[in-house]
Amino acid sequence: MTIVQNPHTPQADAPATESGATRLIARSKRVIASNPSVLPTGAAIVIFVGMVIYGEIAYGRILQYNTVSNLFINNAHLIILAVAMTFVILTGGIDLSVGAVIALSSVAGVMLANAGWNPLVVIVLMILIGTTMGLVSGILIQFFNVQPFIATLAMMFLGRGLAALLSTQPERLGDESPILWLGEQFKLIDGPKVNDVVITPGVIIAVIVVLIAFFVLHRTRTGRTVYAIGGSESSSALMGLAVPRTKVLVYVISGTLAGVAAVVYTSRLGIAQNITGIGWELDAIAATVIGGTLLTGGYGFVLGSVVGALVLGLMNVLITRDGGIPPEMTTIITGGILLIFVILQRAVTSKWRT
Amino acid sequence: MTTPTRNPATRPVVEMTGITVEIGGTVVLHQVDLRLFPGEVHALMGGNGAGKSSLVKALSGAYRIADGVVRIDGEPVVLGGTADAEAAGVAAAFQDVDLCGNLSIAENVMIGHEERRWWGISWSATRRRAAVVLEELGLGDLDPLRAVATLSPALQQLVAIARAMVTHPKVLVLDEPTSSLDADEVATLFRALRRLRDHGVAILFVSHYLEQVYALSDRITVLRDGYGQGEYATRELDRAVLISKMIGKELTELRRIGSDRRAHRVEPTGTPVFRAVGVGRRGEFGATDFELHRGEVVGLGGLRGSGRTEFGQLLAGVVRNDSGTFQIDGRPVGLPNPAAALRHRIAFASEDRRDGGIIEELSVRENIVLALQAIRGWARPISHAERDALVERFVESFGIVAPSLDGPARKLSGGNQQKVLLARWLATRPHVLILDEPTRGIDIASKVEIQARVAEMAKDGMAVVFISSELEEVVRLSDRIAIFKDRGKIGEVSNGPGLSVDTIIEMIAADDEDDA
Repeated sequence: MTIVQNPHTPQADAPATESGATRLIARSKRVIASNPSVLPTGAAIVIFVGMVIYGEIAYGRILQYNTVSNLFINNAHLIILAVAMTFVILTGGIDLSVGAVIALSSVAGVMLANAGWNPLVVIVLMILIGTTMGLVSGILIQFFNVQPFIATLAMMFLGRGLAALLSTQPERLGDESPILWLGEQFKLIDGPKVNDVVITPGVIIAVIVVLIAFFVLHRTRTGRTVYAIGGSESSSALMGLAVPRTKVLVYVISGTLAGVAAVVYTSRLGIAQNITGIGWELDAIAATVIGGTLLTGGYGFVLGSVVGALVLGLMNVLITRDGGIPPEMTTIITGGILLIFVILQRAVTSKWRT
Repeated sequence: MTTPTRNPATRPVVEMTGITVEIGGTVVLHQVDLRLFPGEVHALMGGNGAGKSSLVKALSGAYRIADGVVRIDGEPVVLGGTADAEAAGVAAAFQDVDLCGNLSIAENVMIGHEERRWWGISWSATRRRAAVVLEELGLGDLDPLRAVATLSPALQQLVAIARAMVTHPKVLVLDEPTSSLDADEVATLFRALRRLRDHGVAILFVSHYLEQVYALSDRITVLRDGYGQGEYATRELDRAVLISKMIGKELTELRRIGSDRRAHRVEPTGTPVFRAVGVGRRGEFGATDFELHRGEVVGLGGLRGSGRTEFGQLLAGVVRNDSGTFQIDGRPVGLPNPAAALRHRIAFASEDRRDGGIIEELSVRENIVLALQAIRGWARPISHAERDALVERFVESFGIVAPSLDGPARKLSGGNQQKVLLARWLATRPHVLILDEPTRGIDIASKVEIQARVAEMAKDGMAVVFISSELEEVVRLSDRIAIFKDRGKIGEVSNGPGLSVDTIIEMIAADDEDDA
């Protein structure tokens, strides 16, 4: 299985030299043998590449500037949520509150901005709302011994309720609001007709979030503690790792990033509503699991979750392009892909443990 | 009886005095002392529940010390957590292998001590340091990138020790490091430990294995039931004396308790009702042959932790054997779980009344008929009349004293709970009954009654396996005694006049040569 390819340029393996290719295969074999947990993530990349190729052949115009640009622009918030969820799931926890946090944070943000608050202050407050919600979840889970599922479910209802309390109407951001700048599209490459490489500050934020998350998870002790807790919480404590602090931290990270996602999403749409983001926590969980993170914790990669989010986004694109598939099928297909991945993970882990 | 062999100028690196530890309100250690000198292997001996693990956890900061002083290099220290102990130079590898299976060997060894640069953890430098530590322990050929979950328990144990050595501790604490290792692996571990000792590390070694303790340790501290029983130089401590300290009886007293068996009652003949051939479980119990005849009481003698309970559990299908076969009346059978054993009329009464026996919230009646109902299957309920008749009979013949037979079983005294348990298994009319510590922690009167019932059951033709840490009880009751040591059977003796507790002690204390 040669899975160590760049998913965005699937045709790139042809020019590699003989020795280079064999070395690559040998290296990936060694990585898989010593750490089979990369397999589900590899499978996610393969599926993503497969979807791209299928889309290109069946519908065309997938591998072109504007489609790829839009994929990232439209899914920047989901990528951020998936990254946040990866932290939580790696410890063996779950965060169901992120969708509600987005609703609360964006409704509050738009209302404050329309009330004339400084846009920078508004953005910071939107993020801090997420941080606070995450902190409460983390404290409930760590110090009051509440199950993550229950604690974050409670925060989900709380967030949703507070958002409805603020307003049940769609709140429209003023056309002149500087926050909209984050969703503004900048043309990097001017292609023929509308086929341009376009980027928004929101996408850049998502990329920065991914890079920081990757650094934290793989290059800091905090990140390694996240993995260790997922492997065995009691062992981690006996090893002298900062387990309580880290467990609270992952929910703080999750809440904070939900706030960031709220900023990115609101700036793109310019509208906030108390029903925004219903079910997004489940999309984020789906993206994380499809990306190869094990729900029991300990195994997974933040880049895998990004691929998972892109798989979900691309699936929507393909369904729209097809035109024949009723949109209602989207959730069924998502569920199907999710199921395949969970079974794949089972197979990998059971084969490996024996 | 302190260490005359040691230079008095050497100061202990660890000095624990008057250590008391409480867990959930129960005192598990009473005023225990422990001294560790640099460059020695110090063994901590005692049966299960003696407090060895508690003392080890107190020293490594995992348990809070309620009273007492810990001095390290003469300085009093407060050990509030494992991190404190590590900072003070005490590193530990615990009994339950404390590794994260999802991470690589290198990372498990180094986690919390990774090499860091301005750009974060340097994995190449971290792996290099891990490789050095692994090399020191003779594990140089392990691929440090391998995930720990793919390693055997033995290698995991060695990796855990490698992890403990990363900080170059002054004191290395090893709780049961050999319990899952085979002989070669033990040898590898001991070589590594001797090397560390020669570098001046003080090693606290906790083990059930008498011979390993004598092979490796310089001094021994003995614990029993949470109390310290003194500190001894290993080469001056006779094995029989050590055993008597662990059991808590003077040697002379043990010699006096003879067998009051007038004659050998049952001479085993014919096909054994139950037979185990080469039954064992890797890492837990060595392959053992065992035979049981009708009407026979076979006692399993040995120190606590010698493998008696483990063997009883193997025989009853509670723990699945991974080698050997079972035969019932000469026919081969498999005993993969307790239900299968019950179908073959093998009943096991667990050592732990609370966790493995009495269902506290069920009534006395329900507790008694529980096992019978289980083998009949829930589709064929026992009628009330049948149940009451059965319960009536047992309550009378056992003299069970209960405030109400329909009240919850937790209201009964320990002795009465034990009788209820016994009644539960007898209700299934077993052919083989395995009793693990049926008389522990109950009053004398109940004890005598239970012993009498056991003898009576055997007379009725049932084969009984009787496990008890009170050797005199084993000697009094058994027709035959299988003797256990270091997780294996080392021999069997036929009971009769002339046999005494001392005979058994001598067999356990004998050197390795004649039983390995």
